[in-house]
Amino acid sequence: MSKTAWQEMGLTDSEYARILELMGRQPTLPELGMFAAMWSEHCSYKTSKPVLSLFPTEGPRVLQGPGENAGVIDIGDNIAVAFKVESHNHPTAIEPFQGAATGVGGIIRDVFTMGARPIAALNSLRFGDLKLDRTRYLLNGAVEGIAFYGNTIGVPTVAGETWFNPSYNGNPLVNAMCVGIIEDGKIFKGVAKGKGNTLMAVGAKTGRDGIHGATFASEEISEDTESKRPAVQVGDPFTEKLLLEACLELMQSDAVVGIQDMGAAGLTSSSCEMASRGESGIDFDVTLVPQREEGMTPYEILLSESQERMLVAVHKGREDEVFKIFEKWELDAAIIGTITDDNLVTVRENGEIVAQIPSRFLTDEAPVYYNEAKRPEYLDQAEKFDPMTLPEPADYTQALIKLLQSDNICSKEWVYRHFDTTVGTSSVIRPGSDAAVLRLKNSRKGLAMCLDCNSRYVYLNPFEGGKIAVAESARNVVCSGAEPVAITNCLNFGNPDKPEVFYTFKQAVTGMAEACRALDTPVTGGNVSLYNESPDGAVYPTPTVGMMGVLEDIDQATTSAFKNTGDLIYLIGQSQDELGASEYLANAFELNTGRVPKLDLAKEKQVQKTVLRAIREKLIKAAHDCSEGGLAVALSEMAVQADLGFKVELNDPWRSDVSLFGESQSRIIVSLGKEQEEELLNLLKETGVEYSKLGEVTPQEVTIFHQGKEIVKTSSQELSQAWKEALPWIMKNN
Amino acid sequence: MKFAVIQFPGTNCEIDTAYILKDLLEQEADIIWHMQDDLSSYDLVILPGGSSYGDYLRTGALAKFSPIIEAIKKHAEQGKLVLGICNGFQILTEIGLLPGAFMKNQNLKFIGDDLFFKVINNSTPFTSSYSKEQILKLPVAHLEGNYYIDSDQLKELQAQNRIVLRYCNSQGLCSEQANPNGSVDNIAAVLNERGNVLGMMPHPERMAEEILGGQDGLGFFQSILEYHKERKEQ
Repeated sequence: MSKTAWQEMGLTDSEYARILELMGRQPTLPELGMFAAMWSEHCSYKTSKPVLSLFPTEGPRVLQGPGENAGVIDIGDNIAVAFKVESHNHPTAIEPFQGAATGVGGIIRDVFTMGARPIAALNSLRFGDLKLDRTRYLLNGAVEGIAFYGNTIGVPTVAGETWFNPSYNGNPLVNAMCVGIIEDGKIFKGVAKGKGNTLMAVGAKTGRDGIHGATFASEEISEDTESKRPAVQVGDPFTEKLLLEACLELMQSDAVVGIQDMGAAGLTSSSCEMASRGESGIDFDVTLVPQREEGMTPYEILLSESQERMLVAVHKGREDEVFKIFEKWELDAAIIGTITDDNLVTVRENGEIVAQIPSRFLTDEAPVYYNEAKRPEYLDQAEKFDPMTLPEPADYTQALIKLLQSDNICSKEWVYRHFDTTVGTSSVIRPGSDAAVLRLKNSRKGLAMCLDCNSRYVYLNPFEGGKIAVAESARNVVCSGAEPVAITNCLNFGNPDKPEVFYTFKQAVTGMAEACRALDTPVTGGNVSLYNESPDGAVYPTPTVGMMGVLEDIDQATTSAFKNTGDLIYLIGQSQDELGASEYLANAFELNTGRVPKLDLAKEKQVQKTVLRAIREKLIKAAHDCSEGGLAVALSEMAVQADLGFKVELNDPWRSDVSLFGESQSRIIVSLGKEQEEELLNLLKETGVEYSKLGEVTPQEVTIFHQGKEIVKTSSQELSQAWKEALPWIMKNN
Repeated sequence: MKFAVIQFPGTNCEIDTAYILKDLLEQEADIIWHMQDDLSSYDLVILPGGSSYGDYLRTGALAKFSPIIEAIKKHAEQGKLVLGICNGFQILTEIGLLPGAFMKNQNLKFIGDDLFFKVINNSTPFTSSYSKEQILKLPVAHLEGNYYIDSDQLKELQAQNRIVLRYCNSQGLCSEQANPNGSVDNIAAVLNERGNVLGMMPHPERMAEEILGGQDGLGFFQSILEYHKERKEQ
């Protein structure tokens, strides 16, 4: 049976019936396209909405929570920070360069639409098995695409993560985050109001690219996905740079009522959402929209996802100011319609109405689904798995070296060397440390930021994994000297119509929400990306967390690298008998299973508060979160980044592989000068946090004793070689 | 001293450069839009980094047609100083104020990293505060940094001591391994014959404050100020 027009567009039969009921008549083709785009998961959050309501979204710093182009927080000194993360997974799966590039372009637009000047970009990249040609092709293309867009527009790429697992073979994840600052207190919103005000389309011309991209993003990747290549948008960072400058210049005046990026679902979503937020109507003519191709139909103009375009509501009579600024920047600006008070979205072609829909039908009346959730069986098997049934490594030095070479732990310099990390002259801590730190030129304060998620944990225990995703990213900004203040998140999951997938989604969000409450880091927005499935199955559930932290004084910025020979090494927090779900099991035994480390949020908070105090009181020189690869890898990373060694003695009662490579949570390794020891100990006793003295920093040699026995003996140079050369070697020699 | 920092569509280091001049060195500096055609009131013109015109066609190839270019040429002809950084260097070769041309990096990949540079000529208005053969650590960020010049012109550059910086390793060795992009003779900065126009690939403005990892780049700006002061006193 051939598909009906609405099925082709991704609408179900019952959704179509609902449209007929709402409209009281058959929709026109443009109307049907508008419903399909606006009711897609990507735009409507129809299945995720009930779950997302679990997130805490308010706090004393939150100026703008979820629902706008980006979240905004107040960091004091009259400075507001706009930030958001968004996915561009499906486009990247078929056209990695443009897919990733336009992901960066889209999120930068979201941030400057709020009136913020973008100051930093981050990315989270997840790809399949690196041994596959296809994976390396996709990684290469995505990295070059990100570099192309971010470097050209002049926003430094300062942090991120690159993670590999076969679950991403057919469906890689590219999540892009942008951070911007607002210094004049003027936040702009995507709102259209005031009868008679003017609606303008500005920026690039509209073409046929990306039609129905939002719908494409809301279905699984299948064998005929390749034919969706035209649904991938094409990016032009030069035009976006001009658009950025023109918009920020325009925002200096008070001519703008509201402004919105024409992102997913293009003109359709921007016009509907602006009208809906402003509780007004909007009436425009598609023939007035600047076009770069001839003969475009209203349907195509409404659903094009051509990049670098904005919809602006302008106070009546102020249109010339817009024209003047956009002319200077050599960009198009056109009056396409007016704001009305009839609550209708009216679309015309040469004056004749081709679509007319009450805006709330497209937004508020979008269906909401309460999907069935069922606990997947593999979770029980993972819980039961006992790593102690596995043999110990014969040689711990070799096991450590092999782990440092592994895809997920090795240095990602190969990736970030493609990026301009220093434009903007604010990058105090650049990629490679726990979090990036940026100074603010008009304040003593600084911003720390990271983008993080261990999706193996979320796969094996969605609730704990969700908690850990938030806690670990908070720990990262703490290690950099900042207080964690708010998050944005990108929830990448499989098909939510499958009860097992929906279960992991719900559990992960529940866990994240609990951690956000405990750590006082509200959610200010983000993005949901469902249907991340290929014929091989769903990706690991991946709720990427973008954490913002504030440094009260930029001089407190701290890196993870050891500083001086002879410095003491302490562990804040305590190791447990936990080897399950570790990178070590995946690397040594190809096992992605086991019990996920437990996270006690009260302990987590205590560890973070203690380390932050130690940094503020200048009691420590370096701090590093203990995560993938456990203590041994964390120590190695601190050493190789400084070209120094270490000698430590571990006295926990566990088996040596647990002690070295176990991934117990709430642990931070710090290094300090001997003269700081007494004061640090006073602080540790005062806060009551668990801690142990591990050893000291050496010039080159690396030695680890466990229960009195020397089990690792090597040099910093050897570890460095393993860690630094792995990724370039794989990318070059395959 | 009064600086003009030129802004083409797509320039993205103008704010950073003006920040160093104004906030750090307390000089007068204006960001000048490329449609202007008069630079007569400025002592020094800086063409900052970025991607003018999106680097379309060739880096700097489209900026060549901006009205400001004639004013920059006039400024140079008067013997006043012109400094081109990264994309600014590329534009200076396109408009003929400096010899040579740029190609894509040899490995065709963008390089964003801190690299080492050796000061070859410290008797220029831009480098007098450095010592000869001093090793500097400065950031680069470019895709088209592969400097090409034919062998006759190279000999001329060498004979006239117009190679100002060369890529080197941390020990100061200008080896092939230390050459990040394939530039002829490890060339990273070049002076014009008259000695008043310098083009350089590294970004001195990004390494002028301790908080950003060092101050090796500050000397370029200090040399310029010193030169100007001396000329004024004469």
